[in-house]
Amino acid sequence: MSKTNYTRRGVLKTGAVAGAGVALPTIFTAQSAAAYTNEPTGSTVTLGFNVPQTGPYADEGNDELLAQQLAVEHLNGMGDGGCLNTFSSKALKGNGILGKKVEFVTGDTQTKSDAARASAKSMIEKDGAVMINGGSSSGVAVAVQGLCQEAGVIFMAGLTHANDTTGKDRKANGFRHFFNAYMSGAALAPVLAKEMGNDRNAYHLTADYNWGWTQEESIVASTEALGWNTVNTVKTPLASTDFSSYIAPILNSGADTLVLNHYGGNMINSLTNAVQFGLLDKVVNGKDFKIVVPLYSELMAAGAGENIKGVLGSMNYNWQLQNEGSKQFVKSFGEKYGKPPSNSAQTCYAQVLLYADACERAGTFDPCGVAAALENFEFDGLGNGKTLYRADDHQCFKDVLVVRGAQNPTNAYDTLEIVEVTPADQVTYAPNHPMFGGDEATLGTCNSGA
Amino acid sequence: MDALILQILNGLDKGSAYALIALGLTLIFGTLGVVNFAHGALFMIGAFCAVSLSKLLKFSYVTIDETQKDFLGNPLKVETPYVESWFGPELGASIIDWSVPLSILLAIPVMILVGLIMERGLIKHFYKREHADQILVTFGLAIVLQEIVKYYFGANPIQTPPPDALMGVSNLGAWFGLDLPYPNWRIVYFCFAALVIAGVFSFLQFTTFGMVVRAGMADRETVGLLGIDIDKRFTVMFAIAACVAGLAGVMYAPINPPNYHMGMDFLVLSFVVVVVGGMGSLPGAVLAGFMLGILESFASTTWATTTLPGINQIIIYLVAIIVLLTRPRGLMGRKGVMEE
Repeated sequence: MSKTNYTRRGVLKTGAVAGAGVALPTIFTAQSAAAYTNEPTGSTVTLGFNVPQTGPYADEGNDELLAQQLAVEHLNGMGDGGCLNTFSSKALKGNGILGKKVEFVTGDTQTKSDAARASAKSMIEKDGAVMINGGSSSGVAVAVQGLCQEAGVIFMAGLTHANDTTGKDRKANGFRHFFNAYMSGAALAPVLAKEMGNDRNAYHLTADYNWGWTQEESIVASTEALGWNTVNTVKTPLASTDFSSYIAPILNSGADTLVLNHYGGNMINSLTNAVQFGLLDKVVNGKDFKIVVPLYSELMAAGAGENIKGVLGSMNYNWQLQNEGSKQFVKSFGEKYGKPPSNSAQTCYAQVLLYADACERAGTFDPCGVAAALENFEFDGLGNGKTLYRADDHQCFKDVLVVRGAQNPTNAYDTLEIVEVTPADQVTYAPNHPMFGGDEATLGTCNSGA
Repeated sequence: MDALILQILNGLDKGSAYALIALGLTLIFGTLGVVNFAHGALFMIGAFCAVSLSKLLKFSYVTIDETQKDFLGNPLKVETPYVESWFGPELGASIIDWSVPLSILLAIPVMILVGLIMERGLIKHFYKREHADQILVTFGLAIVLQEIVKYYFGANPIQTPPPDALMGVSNLGAWFGLDLPYPNWRIVYFCFAALVIAGVFSFLQFTTFGMVVRAGMADRETVGLLGIDIDKRFTVMFAIAACVAGLAGVMYAPINPPNYHMGMDFLVLSFVVVVVGGMGSLPGAVLAGFMLGILESFASTTWATTTLPGINQIIIYLVAIIVLLTRPRGLMGRKGVMEE
């Protein structure tokens, strides 16, 4: 029979000493001693790339990841330096960020808000990421932006087009380089008026979620301002695969224009179905029937194949742009990966460089210092021409591209042609614009996590 | 009136896909008693047979055209399909153009083989297990299959157009003075589905093999006691069911560009179709497939969505609830199937 000498007091004492011992490392290294969340103390700094690696936007996520890896290479002084050669700010020297070598971790958003938050949380808490970048959906962007605000790290959004990201859901720690639905409407309207006239009857099919609603609102407002009549706006479930039952009513609606407020697989299928039903061969009200896709991407264009011939839309960036920044980025990306970059790749690349540059100029990784350096920052040389990161809402203002499905593509990448480069002035709006949350929308205060 | 008829046509078209998938599901359930959640993946593999043949026929050799430049400013690599160099530009282009119908010839052996491997390699080990186990293992298999397809073909949908001759629209109401423009390929799809369904029913009804299978579906034990190896016949039926799903996928490829997830999109709805039609009832599966297709189409009309917002998303499940409350065995379900 064994005999023990444990007493209640002894167990409590031992437990307290052991607990203090276990907690000791974190007491001196974690937030109580750090000035801000994940302050880098060693020779490296970690960035978190949160992109869809599985799910319907996995190809887009893969393109983002390629661009982010390229940006890290260039920041660390490897490769050809990419846009560090053309960037108007000369703070980056190719020696990492603030002398620390850049490392990265990746997370899979799965294009689901909860999964994206979980992967971002893991990268911040376990891997010590000081910044989260990437994503291919506005729902994900808003969710992760909120998380980064709470955690005290910077969020450099990837592909997110809903007005709300820098509208009613704007956050002090969040920054968007990509354009938005309002800008699409403002850029498209003059081209639509020129090519289709001011007397059109438009029928909208809209993906039934936040991004679809804000895009529909933006395009309806800008086309009605031209004098167009909106015949109908029909919401389609996000999970729809066959749009024939939504297309058939258009045939007898009196509409002569179809606006597809769809993205990704939704857009590929709805456009394919619309073309199958012969909409583009119809003449209504004495006019040729037209289709407009306000938000294009290269992957969508590739998926839609010949159906996009002649169809107008807008983009944040296209590899065919001939400014110095674009030429340099296409060269670096093309030589490394054998294909031109997509606009989601370009926005992620630009965001990583912008973050690094802001750290250098601020002389710190402190999110509040970095945010201050990004606010009202004017730059050029990253592919989009002259750009302003507006302080009021953390939205970039730059030229917007109006593009058209190429009539006679010569190769697999020649799917879209640039019709017009709409100047930034034409797509700029007031920070308290009603579509962006009005006077009630505020950034709040920067959170450094201290 | 025109809009109403168009929605019926759309419903028949959607119903064709539901009916073909549900028919295969019911065949497998009726013969082997397995609830096969990997059946949607078979539909997807069929569609990717069309994608694969299209890519195979476009397999090209490269020549350098110094007069043109690629996106990096290097001389352009011009790709010419081998088929065009072997058979001449015109015949070669025609073969590529007809790749989807030609895929049927590829899909039949491929789907039979996939069906046999799936049944012999995995599913036969779960015959005597709970339905929950069968659902778990077949659902897992479906995820594995779709991830394999995603690995090789990517996540982006792949355009697989029909032959030029079958593109465009026909006015189905021209003889009656109605304006009913309907896509030619969708008409082809409906006719094809009707042919396949008729073929499966004829096979079961008018061949000795089919008669034995039907007898086995009704009373497996007695057929076994007569000295007939019913298991072997049921394995063949699994392969036939896989083939039906695959052919439905091949011909569906031009309607909506195939992607790795398309099987899952159809799977849940097809199960609802099977349940509404009556577990184990082949005519029930076909009837419910067309019925729910038409109802879904009507529920998506502007009138319906304005009157009852969201009705398009719940109509099928609403009908399933009503049918199961009033006819617990489904529309044409038999007593004793999936009942203790």
